[in-house]
Amino acid sequence: MATASRSSPSSAAADVDLPEAMPATAQTPSFAIPPLSVGSFTLKNRLVVGTGKYRDYESMQRALDASGCDAVTVAVRRERLVDAQGRSLLDHLDLARYTILPNTAGCFSAEDAVRVARLGREILDSVDNPGKHWVKLEVLGDKKTLLPDPVGTLEACRELVKDGFCVLCYSSDDPIMAVRLRDAGAASVMPAGSPIGSGRGVANPANIALILELLKDKASGGDPSYPVIVDAGVGTPSDVTLAMELGADGVLLNTGIAHAQDPVRMAHAMKLALESGYHGARSGRIGKKLHASASSPWEGSIASVVIHGE
Amino acid sequence: MTPEIRIELNGQPASVTTGTTVADLVSRTLPNARAYAVEVNRSVLSRRDHAERKVRDGDRIEIVTLVGGG
Repeated sequence: MATASRSSPSSAAADVDLPEAMPATAQTPSFAIPPLSVGSFTLKNRLVVGTGKYRDYESMQRALDASGCDAVTVAVRRERLVDAQGRSLLDHLDLARYTILPNTAGCFSAEDAVRVARLGREILDSVDNPGKHWVKLEVLGDKKTLLPDPVGTLEACRELVKDGFCVLCYSSDDPIMAVRLRDAGAASVMPAGSPIGSGRGVANPANIALILELLKDKASGGDPSYPVIVDAGVGTPSDVTLAMELGADGVLLNTGIAHAQDPVRMAHAMKLALESGYHGARSGRIGKKLHASASSPWEGSIASVVIHGE
Repeated sequence: MTPEIRIELNGQPASVTTGTTVADLVSRTLPNARAYAVEVNRSVLSRRDHAERKVRDGDRIEIVTLVGGG
């Protein structure tokens, strides 16, 4: 019975003079990405995905699943009274799996945004989803560009914070505006990479970097744990990676997945892109140099070397 | 004949009989609705007040739900 645990016939091998077995190499760490705290909420996955513009609900469900997200955005709209039998979004979202983040999209005044936020809270209260306590605040200034109205956004942010909401605030990529919104009590500032649905990615990386410095760098009066989520404009996975490499805590996107030819595969790609950017940002990239730096040694080369100008 | 009162429902003119409550209005217009909220004259009317609140002449009522969005 004592031999029962032996799994290989090693006695013959023991006679051969082999070098010592390779030392056990260090295990690659798992590199698990920690959850992100936003006010009283915890995002297990730092990609927040929208539920708009999908071909159909099935495609949406599969894309959300592939993205790995646990928070999804939704919009508040009038019930279609003439089509009350119509399928409802909430019949196709697993409310036990996803935290619903209602937005105030389509509002052009602080007053309307506050109304819509309160209605979203009331709806989510009726289905008992934790999302009733937070809102993605958008106050737009223009229908063509969908750029945020900074004055209306600030006003609505103050009002909603006073009303007890955890406010995730959509903003332009203006660094000073981001500071103002943080000071007004926003639980997260969410600067646009570029206009909503434009697919232009992070149009001004320097501005996002400045926002991150002002909001997260202690020396600039920031708090490293303050969450900054790049929201809007993402077209392709490298946009997500760039946002994360710059130091963003997460990315919110919708059209880049929903309107891709293969939304499910794109959702998977966005998930990987976010992970790449997260780890890249924490690995200390090399500096950019004008001249090359050989990876193979010169020493021992049998070739004659050319150096122009010498 | 029961007197009618005129209201605005989701931006459209509508009329209901006197004595109609908000709960009546919702169950008539949205018999299958599950997740919705009601706003009366630009203020949310809490679900627990729907059965009490009678619709009044000139009320502007919005019944909203959640749809896909980003």
